[in-house]
Order: sequence, then structure tokens, then C-alpha cells
Amino acid sequence: MKELRLMKGNEALAEAAIRAGADAYFGYPITPQSEVIEYLMREDPARRTGMQVLQAESEIAAINMVYGAAACGKKAITSSSSPGISLKMEGISYIAGAELPCVVVNVVRGGPGLGTIQPSQSDYFQAVKGGGHGDYKLIVLAPATVQESVDFVKLAFELAFKYRNPVMILSDGIIGQMMEKVELFEQQPRSTHEYEWATVGKKEGRDSVIVTSLQLQSEEQEKVNLRLQAKYREVEKNEVRFETYECEDAEYLFAAFGSCARITRKAMEMARARGIRVGLIRPQTLYPFPYDDIRRLSEKVKGILTVEMNAGQMIEDVRLAVCGETPVEHFGRFGGMIPSPDEILEALEQKIIGG
Amino acid sequence: MTEEIIIAGFGGQGVLSMGQILCYSGVMQGKEVSWMPSYGPEMRGGTANCTAIISDRQISSPVLNTFDTAIVLNQPSLDKFEAAVKPGGLLIYEENGITRKPERTDINVFSITAYDESVRMNNTKVFNMIVIGGFLKVRPIIELENVIKGLEKVLPERYHHLIPLNKKAIHQGMEIIKERHSLNQA
Repeated sequence: MKELRLMKGNEALAEAAIRAGADAYFGYPITPQSEVIEYLMREDPARRTGMQVLQAESEIAAINMVYGAAACGKKAITSSSSPGISLKMEGISYIAGAELPCVVVNVVRGGPGLGTIQPSQSDYFQAVKGGGHGDYKLIVLAPATVQESVDFVKLAFELAFKYRNPVMILSDGIIGQMMEKVELFEQQPRSTHEYEWATVGKKEGRDSVIVTSLQLQSEEQEKVNLRLQAKYREVEKNEVRFETYECEDAEYLFAAFGSCARITRKAMEMARARGIRVGLIRPQTLYPFPYDDIRRLSEKVKGILTVEMNAGQMIEDVRLAVCGETPVEHFGRFGGMIPSPDEILEALEQKIIGG
Repeated sequence: MTEEIIIAGFGGQGVLSMGQILCYSGVMQGKEVSWMPSYGPEMRGGTANCTAIISDRQISSPVLNTFDTAIVLNQPSLDKFEAAVKPGGLLIYEENGITRKPERTDINVFSITAYDESVRMNNTKVFNMIVIGGFLKVRPIIELENVIKGLEKVLPERYHHLIPLNKKAIHQGMEIIKERHSLNQA
């Protein structure tokens, strides 16, 4: 039976990891994400499912513990916030190169550097365009509610194992810290499946398995890259997810993700009350990005305003989607500042309607 | 019905838990709710606030810059949030520690002496429940029985014997809240 609770985004996400049948969590505390590891330590899931929870000595250690667990075919998850995710980037690139499944959660705070502990979306580029080295992609899910913080953990593990690829959940300080009603899915059993790619010990009749992201022969490394690229095309074909609001009669369009999409939706309601016909598209997957869907919607509108808690990152993908045929402008607050619905509405009026 | 509330005061006054209790009570009454705390340097420096939204409809933004109701428990919070109350909205302030009274005439203003009352009740920990009582008297958006159910959810079971005391505090709050300025008088 589904269970209704009032939970913080971070705590709900942690509970979802247990319920998704995760085998292990490795992490290191950092605001505004620390409730994830605090909840797991308090809940002691070893008691419930056998799931292991460990506070590593650093973020770098935590991601490499994830690498090790994933190499054994285990469901492993780690979480951090922006500066900590930067530390994890080397390991994430290795995991992507070794084609292993895992889930990495970034509860984004303002940067650059140590920045601020307040909410931000300034890690969009890092999540979507690389961050670590090499031609790799993360599947990136952007929850906008506490409910999605729960549902996307389950989805993230499914996608990670389907494509043998790391999946990032790009949350932020708002979604992590706020409390909302949430329906928890039922406890999933931990898997006992022995994947043929997993290093579980060479038994008789089993080929040896080598997990590595190193190929010194360029011909071989090019093959790895071609295989990765083919996989990413599959991901792009199958896994685009987004929501639209009031787009049917829209003359103008907002594009926003995560918590910012919530605030923008309020601005949309205010605009509609004034007779401005504006809709909203909210990508739930930032990679793969809904290019085709934005292009389709753009054909009916006079302009698009992206609203982000950064200096303009997702706007580049929206511009790629519309190929210069629809004006696209950006409104953002950054460094931990949160835009208000009034400001967003004013930006729409000045940059798009009056622009 | 949508009620957008900011609750602000010193850390330790129970600001964050007031918001949580209202939200849990809202859940018990079948409402949509959202609760967003301050978790930054302002909290570490002594003042804390949270936004609580209770609505019949799905809630869009959990973060707001204007509110239907501001519940302010110290002078810095009054200074910060008086201007953020929507015209026609509600401001409730705790009298203890307030040196400059609210000045707006386009909102309804109520005051409460919850701290003094909690001292009279021999338990300053029920301070925030007295304030909740005052709020619910002016804005009866949640039934008392659902507030009690909400408390049962928020409080660990070992504190459930304190629920009757909290209930009494809510009733006291309803008794002592005072109208300072109403739009009808203006």
C-alpha cells in the first residue's frame, strides 16, 4: 500500500533510495544536502533491507566506493552539493567510461567556489555538458517536487541499469529543504541478479570480467567511444521527459526546470490573471533534452523566456532547439538568490512582450 | 482557499515547528501543503523563518515574496515582513520585545502576548502553540481536531502525553489574541 507522509525533499530522497532496493550509499555531508546521509544513518537500512550506508572520508572516496560497488553489479548511490560534486567529477567520468550504473544526487547550491549554501541551478552545464573529462553523458533528472525526488530515485536506478550509465538527480536547496506531501512507493527487494559484466568472482564456466575505463590502444578507445555514442542516441530517442502547462493557446512560453519551474508557474498564473496567454515547458530530463518538443511549441509562440537560478545555462539548449527562429531571452537570479514570481512576470513583459 | 503564511522570529521560538504543525494539520484536513524553511546564515545568526502554504489546489511556488498572513515574533521579523503582507492581509505580532508597532493601515493587525501567557501556564515551550491558537481564531482554516492529529504526527510518541497541554495552549491563544487594527475601522 502506498503511504502518505509530509517529508523534506532530502529525507524523502533518502527513504526512496532504501525503498528502491539500493545496496549501498556512500557520502560525505555538505549543506544543503546533509539530511540525506543523516536520515540514512538514523534509519539504519541495514536493519531493514541489508543496505549499507557509509560516511566516507571525502567526496572523492565516496564516488570511488560507488565505482567499486557498481563494478560488482550493485545498486549504489551517492549524494552531495555543488563543491562536493566537483570533487566527484573524476570518478563520475571513470564510471561513465567503464559503463557502470550508479545514481549521483546533486542538491545544488550557489557557486562558484565554496559559494553559498543557498539554492541555485548553476550546475546545469556541469551536469548536462560534461563536468568530468571525455565524451560522456550523464542521464540528468530534474525533480521539481518532493514527490519527484522520490519517484526519480526509482527511475534513476532503472535507467542506470538499463543503459549501464551513471544517472544524476539534479535537485537544489529548495527541493532538498522544503516539506511536501509525498506518496512513498512500496519497498522493492534488493536484486540478487548476477550481471555478466559484473566482477563477482570467476567461477567455473564464467569468463573473466575486467572493469576499466583505460584502453591504451587508440583503435580500441575509439570503439568504446562509438559504443557510448550509440548508447546516447538510444537514450535521446527513448528517455526524453517533460511537462507542459497551459501551452494550448499560449502566445508566449516560459522554459524552466526544477524548483524554478514552480516559481515560474506562479508567475504564469499571475500573467494569465492579467490576460497574458503564457505557457510553461518544464524539462524533467535535462539530458536527454526535449529539443524537438520545444521546437514544436516554439512555432506557435512569439517568444520564449527561460527562467533559471543561474546566469543563463539551459537557455543555450532552448536556443539550439529553436535554431534562431523564435526569440529566446533569459531571466535569472544567482549566488543563492531566488527569483520572485513578480520579477519573473516583469521580465516576461520587458524582455519578451515589450522586447 | 489558499493561505500563504510567513512565520518569523528568533531561533528557539519554535518558528519552524509552527509551520510544520500547520502543514501537518493541513494534510490531516486533506489540503495541499508546502513548507520551506530558512536554512542559511540568518538562521545561524539568530533569526529564523519559514513559509507555510495551505491550499485546496496544487501549490506552484513554495517560495514567495508576498503573503496573506505574517506571524512575527520579534522586532527584526516585523521590520522585515510588515511590508510583505498583501493589502487586506493579516499581520499577527507577539507583543513581548516589540518596540516599534506595525504602521500599515491597509491590513488587519492583531497582537498576542503569548510569551507572558506561556509563563502563566508554567511552560514556555507551549509559546508557539499559543500563537497558533491566536492565528486559528482569526483564520479558522483548519479544525482543531486536525491540529491535534497533526501534533500527533509531528511529536515523537514519548511526548504524546503533552498533547492535552498543547491543546490548552491553543485555546488560551484563541482567548488572548487582540485586534489592533481592522480594515473595517479604517
